[in-house]
Amino acid sequence: MSTLEIKDLHVSVATEDGPKEILKGVDLTVASGQTHAIMGPNGSGKSTLAYAIAGHPKYEVTSGSITLDGEDVLAMSVDERARAGLFLAMQYPVEVPGVSMANFLRSAATAVRGEAPKLRTWVKEVKTAMADLGIDPSFADRSVNEGFSGGEKKRHEVLQLALLKPKIAVLDETDSGLDVDALRVVSEGVNRYRESGDAGVLLITHYTRILNHIRPDVVHVFAGGRVVESGGPELAEELEKHGYVRFTQAGAPA
Amino acid sequence: MTADVAGLAPELAGAKKGQGDRPLASAGERFTSYDVEAFEVPGGREEIWRFTPMRRLRGLHDGTAAFDGTAVVAVEGAAAETVGRDDPRIGEGGVPADRVAAAAWSAFDTATVLTLDGTPEPVTVTVQGPGEGRCAAAHLQVRTTPHTQATVVVTYSGSGTLADNLEIVLADASQLTLIVTDEWADDAVHVGAQHISVGRDAALRGVAVALGGDLVRNSSTVQYRGPGGDAELLGLGFADAGQHLEQRLLVDHAVPHCRSNVHYKNALQGDGAHTVWIGDVLIRAAAEGTDTFELNRNLVLTPKARADSVPNLEIETGEIAGAGHASATGRFDDEQLFYLQSRGIPEDVARRLVVRGFFGEILSKITLPELRERLEQAVEAELAVTGA
Ligand SMILES: Nc1ncnc2c1ncn2[C@@H]1O[C@H](COP(=O)(O)OP(=O)(O)OP(=O)(O)O)[C@@H](O)[C@H]1O
Ligand SMILES: [Mg+2]
Repeated sequence: MSTLEIKDLHVSVATEDGPKEILKGVDLTVASGQTHAIMGPNGSGKSTLAYAIAGHPKYEVTSGSITLDGEDVLAMSVDERARAGLFLAMQYPVEVPGVSMANFLRSAATAVRGEAPKLRTWVKEVKTAMADLGIDPSFADRSVNEGFSGGEKKRHEVLQLALLKPKIAVLDETDSGLDVDALRVVSEGVNRYRESGDAGVLLITHYTRILNHIRPDVVHVFAGGRVVESGGPELAEELEKHGYVRFTQAGAPA
Repeated sequence: MTADVAGLAPELAGAKKGQGDRPLASAGERFTSYDVEAFEVPGGREEIWRFTPMRRLRGLHDGTAAFDGTAVVAVEGAAAETVGRDDPRIGEGGVPADRVAAAAWSAFDTATVLTLDGTPEPVTVTVQGPGEGRCAAAHLQVRTTPHTQATVVVTYSGSGTLADNLEIVLADASQLTLIVTDEWADDAVHVGAQHISVGRDAALRGVAVALGGDLVRNSSTVQYRGPGGDAELLGLGFADAGQHLEQRLLVDHAVPHCRSNVHYKNALQGDGAHTVWIGDVLIRAAAEGTDTFELNRNLVLTPKARADSVPNLEIETGEIAGAGHASATGRFDDEQLFYLQSRGIPEDVARRLVVRGFFGEILSKITLPELRERLEQAVEAELAVTGA
């Protein structure tokens, strides 16, 4: 049982005109066994929240706290956070030329598990995980994300999720750019992970269509750099019908 | 590691598209002489010197270097000859094309000639620097007999200042794998010239590795004596803080139906790390059926490092089989580091992954497993030094 707890989180980015505050007091708690969906308009700060959890150096936490099972996440380096059990499936996965996917996955698994996985079982594990996500085995020899289509990148993010088995996973628009079939395959991957054990999911999305595949327990509306309303799955349906207008007004800075 | 030209000197912006900033014919019509006095003392603005920090040459270029030391050349695994300056074979590989190479040619007393015949076991040649504060000239010739298949490893190490000429003379239908490694101590300055002469149907597989030293500048010229010649020149360099690594290549296709393939990769890490790669390929009017490709890739690991890259291709005949060139300098950027770290991979391991991946395609061509492992470890040691 794990809990990711975010309290009154304020985050700024450096701009040419000085620091710009993007997150303005985010409160959010995700426990294993739960799926939370975050929905909000473009530019409301969803990815900023995801990056702040992962520890991207561009985002400066000015106040507030993030803890995982009581441990201070903000005091950890990026790789320590991952090893502590956090995972971010990125909206825009990064290309790393020259490093093969196979090598990358094994290095990541070695780091997260604390020891190199046994070669024979590992090869099988990767093969199975790739097959589950409809990823052709030839991708193992390609450079990380290099030249991958948008959908292929997203599948590989979920592949990493499946292999690294984090305690809490943040999925930043993992559904965008996927066709109907890919959406189904990727959602199944997320569900497998979620049901595999003590796992919690924070799913950032624009679209309710993924929520037909991955049932959220809680839906949060994100606007103006904070959570402005939380509710059950019915909240997503309301957003689908009426959009964010009600919330963007409520969340607009005074 | 994007395919941009970050780190390229601004005045060379044109090089990105492969257009050099000078008429290429100059590469083919360059002045050559065995006599140092036939060259003017370079000031540093000359085309062939403009990337080199002249003050760090310790007088090799202007006649003030004393040549007061000796570089011991030792050959293991084969019998080599020590010959005088008047040996008729000396000079068969080529003629110096810059003042330092000519100075070395004018200064050496005895040359080492290594003749490879048949299918010998790999031969190792070590060239030991003259020691800190000393300066030496050296001359080595590696030659094959017809149909020979051989592998030679030439390793430069130690301290001090060295100017040398290395002649590689491939007899007809012979095959030579030549691995040259510059593994100097931090103080060393090495200015080398390689004169490569490829016989009819002969093939050279060259790998040049530059790791140590304060300043290492190697100029290689490839010439073909008959059709069917093939030269593959691979290179790997790792420049750390304050280090200047310069690789200059001229492949002179004057004979029909020869091939060349140049592929150099450099990584840079630390303030003031500087690599220079000049790749000149000249396809003269007579060189019909030439097939050539040259590629330089640089990986800048830390911000205050600079990679200059100038590929030049001049084609004087329309009847070629293929010709191409490319150059790209990319950075190992924060986003890549973040991505790898976000999967639990510590920063030092992430850097190693990227650099190993980058050099992999060169190192994998080194068929001697022990040497390959030693070089892989040397690269990792370089990474650890400046840490970043
Ligand atoms: N380096 C930066 N300089 C200035 N503004 C920035 C910077 N980085 C992010 N922002 C701004 O912060 C705001 C939040 O961006 P973020 O990417 O978190 O939004 P988002 O909710 O994920 O949007 P989307 O739905 O489009 O993915 C945006 O207005 C964005 O322009
Ligand atoms: Mg976003």
